Amino acid sequence: MEVLYDACWSMIKSKDVICDLSITHRHHRSFSLQTHASICSLQIELAIALMASEEQLKNSTAPEVFDAEAASCLIKELRGTFVSGKTKSYEWRSSQLKSLLKMLEDSDKQICDALFSDLSKPEMEAYIHEIAMIKNSCKSALKQLKDWMKPEKAKTNLGTFPSSAEIVPEPLGVVLVISAWNYPLLLSVDPVIGAIAAGNSVVLKPSELAPAMSSLLAKLLGKYLDNSAIKVVEGAVPETSALLEQKWDKIFYTGNGRVARIVMAAAAKNLTPVVLELGGKSPILVDSNIDLAVTGKRIVAGKWGLNNGQACVAPDYIITTKQYAPVLIESLKHNLVKFFGEDPMNSPDMSRVGHANHFARLKRQLDDDKVSGKIIHGGQADKSSQKIAPTIVLDAPEDSLIMNEEIFGPLLPIVTVEKIEDGIEFINSRPKPLAAYLFTNNKQLKEEFVSNVSAGGIVINDVGLHLMLDTLPFGGVGDSGMGSYHGKFSFDSFSHKKAVLYRGFLGDAPVRYPPYTPGKLRLLKALVDGSLLGIIRALFGFS
Amino acid sequence: MEATGCDFEGELKELRKVFNSGKTREASWRRSQLQGILSLFKERESDIFKALNQDLGKHHVEAYRDEIGTVIKSTYYALGNLKKWMSSKRAKLTLASFPSSAKLVPEPLGVVLIISSWNFPFGLSFEPLIGAISAGNAVILKPSELAPTCSSVLANVIRDYLDNSAIKVIEGGPHVGESLLRHRFDKIFFTGGARVGETVLTAAAKFLTPVTLELGGKCPAVVDSISSSWDRKIAMKRIIWGKYGACGGQACIAIDYILTEKKFAPILVEMLQKYIKKSFGDNPMESHSIARIVNKKHFSRLKGLLEEPGVESSIVFGGKSDEENLFIEPTILLDPPLDALIMKEEIFGPLLPIITVESIEESVEFIRARPKPLAVYGFTNNENLQKKMISETSSGSITFNDAIIQYVADTLPFGGVGGSGFGRYHGKFSFENFSHQKAVMVRGYLVDFGFRYPPWNNKKLQLLKSGLRHDYVSLVLVKLGLKSKRD
Repeated sequence: MEVLYDACWSMIKSKDVICDLSITHRHHRSFSLQTHASICSLQIELAIALMASEEQLKNSTAPEVFDAEAASCLIKELRGTFVSGKTKSYEWRSSQLKSLLKMLEDSDKQICDALFSDLSKPEMEAYIHEIAMIKNSCKSALKQLKDWMKPEKAKTNLGTFPSSAEIVPEPLGVVLVISAWNYPLLLSVDPVIGAIAAGNSVVLKPSELAPAMSSLLAKLLGKYLDNSAIKVVEGAVPETSALLEQKWDKIFYTGNGRVARIVMAAAAKNLTPVVLELGGKSPILVDSNIDLAVTGKRIVAGKWGLNNGQACVAPDYIITTKQYAPVLIESLKHNLVKFFGEDPMNSPDMSRVGHANHFARLKRQLDDDKVSGKIIHGGQADKSSQKIAPTIVLDAPEDSLIMNEEIFGPLLPIVTVEKIEDGIEFINSRPKPLAAYLFTNNKQLKEEFVSNVSAGGIVINDVGLHLMLDTLPFGGVGDSGMGSYHGKFSFDSFSHKKAVLYRGFLGDAPVRYPPYTPGKLRLLKALVDGSLLGIIRALFGFS
Repeated sequence: MEATGCDFEGELKELRKVFNSGKTREASWRRSQLQGILSLFKERESDIFKALNQDLGKHHVEAYRDEIGTVIKSTYYALGNLKKWMSSKRAKLTLASFPSSAKLVPEPLGVVLIISSWNFPFGLSFEPLIGAISAGNAVILKPSELAPTCSSVLANVIRDYLDNSAIKVIEGGPHVGESLLRHRFDKIFFTGGARVGETVLTAAAKFLTPVTLELGGKCPAVVDSISSSWDRKIAMKRIIWGKYGACGGQACIAIDYILTEKKFAPILVEMLQKYIKKSFGDNPMESHSIARIVNKKHFSRLKGLLEEPGVESSIVFGGKSDEENLFIEPTILLDPPLDALIMKEEIFGPLLPIITVESIEESVEFIRARPKPLAVYGFTNNENLQKKMISETSSGSITFNDAIIQYVADTLPFGGVGGSGFGRYHGKFSFENFSHQKAVMVRGYLVDFGFRYPPWNNKKLQLLKSGLRHDYVSLVLVKLGLKSKRD
């Protein structure tokens, strides 16, 4: 074992950690230590990924160890429930969704307190972006569940005539939801709603970086929902590794690209499909012929009113023309004061930075030599309260830290271009973001933006609002993830669409069966070409 | 294209550049490529027939039915529907987001990799290729090296008929596959076995590349004791076809084994024998109507399955093989031991175990106790049994009273679940598989509710609660200052 550990650690020091480690996985197969080794290396992989991005909480050691064995027991129990067929019935699904709704109604005070304790999230934000969102998705799921569960008729063609066909949605089995700390309620419960609606057993692993919400979720879900099918596992790296070692029927992960790679590599071992909800640098392109008063408000609310920039759909940076930049900046500053007052560091309407290490990361982005001289608004940071003032940076160089990593905080760089169209090229030269925003009244620019910019979602003249619309799929593309959810898309994400074809014994065409003859070939060709005359000729034996 | 080195940097760069130029997004380009596929199959039909015969001993009628004809049909279908698929779809709106419009805009993913398999070298290459092209992607196709003649014909015809700046064939074995997987793709579409599937998925994880895995599994056929003699006759033909007719059982949706009632088994065995003789004659090898085993390795694997203790004695029909010609007779086994390899791994060849159960309903339990197959077949007119099978077994697809035919239904998604893979294609599902459905929301500036913005107060909270509850009466009341207490 030690040899393996050493091997892993030496590879950790090298750059391409994930790549190298997945090679180690393959080598492990030649050892009889396989299972052990892969658990260890998986833990190590996760540990590095998390240590690199998150500071480990010192007092997060759980009283009981949740190891691979415990995880395997847990999944066995849930699989038992699933196999019994209990979770498949409409009654079970709707009763669970109703209890969930009741849970939200009964506990909004506790939820707001937990969100305040973890993130100093203002009650209003907690309400709009978390509680209300989930209530809506719960209600809409309840309202539409019967429709979603109905088999969908499919047309049949000449090739299978006579027949009828339908597409039947069925649950996948036992699924794992791993959520994130920035919207610790929403990002946990929203996928769970989809999993329940689709009739699965589910394990939720909330983020240990929002500890108050994590334990509240464990308590509430334990109290309100059917624990033989829905469970919460709290914990950090070891617990997550233990969970990832198990065979799931789907893994739904919200978080960052680094951990996503580990999740996907672990899923690969069991051929488990994954949904990865990641982030990226979501740009806003701002044209000059706009309603500036509304634009300014929407940008400021979208950047600093969404958990203080710590949202996967929060705008990361702005692109505008050189000429228009000063006007836009004035409007942003004006609205910042209007929303958060002269002293935003003490505004109760602004969340703090989630964690000490995130604070340090944001400080690093600000203190970068290439950036520190370009701060034109804000820039104050207070380590003890983990607050950073809304900050605007003008023309940070392209190779600066702030223009290369996802900001995920209250810093807003503004990039200036000569012509507004250059902005599209700027966006396209970077990895695909989760969202792309455009403010303009120019119809042609809108069309060009929609057809040429690739992103999970696009909003024209607003920020982050597509998230509220459950008729739109929410999810990334490329580096911003794969798979989508919200509304019916959540149901689909946790369902398998089974193709069902009914045939009778009438109308059998011997052309399909051996022995094969030239006449059969002629008939097949005529059938494929849809040539009625050819079909008749072939049937009567003319060539 | 011959794989000389193991670095495809140049090819990928070119594809990426062509994709970025926007050429492949044009509807006209997609159409012209689909037309190219049609011409290719019409003009090079005899090359394709020859290659399939050489690699797999496929009769040309079978080749036309399962590969050429099916691909032509799918291409026509794509051409006929392309415009509809490419158009964006409106999404409904709630009042909370009023006034605005929302739609789903399909867009190509970028540069995609298709890895196909040897059993239907043309069908399983072109079926996904049609989807990738329809969706506007640049493509690398890696055909299987185990059907070498087909692989080189594929490379030639694609070079001759399609736009090589955006669609490339890279030939080669596992080595080439591995080096391709070291590059970043925007989607990988893999058809093959679970073991390689795992490697593909692990490699894809490095780049967060979405993957479709088209695997196989042991597809069972539940055969009820059908009473009508006409129905029985048709059922037998279809079972024979579903087992031996498609590439000699080397098909991911071929019937793997049969479940039937003990009392019906003797009748079933007798009828199957009769129809095997009718279809393939007394000497099936001479009939040339049944494909041979792809290579020596698979031949010995199948021989090995038959030679296991307890299995050999369960052979009730056939069992002979000819190593020189890589041919195995259509073979039927009655109740081989369940712990024998033949009942554990995917057979992928012309061996048909029949497993007997006391009552036909027990077969549902039998299927449930095993990994989810790509297809489940039920030969029965009993609607209750049909319902039970649909709701209690899980598989990529279920077909009643026929086999394999679900493959040609463009309106049904084709793809596995659990052990049989994930992701789906065929018809519109192929287009969607290679597209990203981009959510687009367009807002105006006219109506802008102040309660969206901080600083927060209780009145705003109240307004939001009403708005999000779609309680528009309260919304108006609060807005007018007529209702202000939190409830």
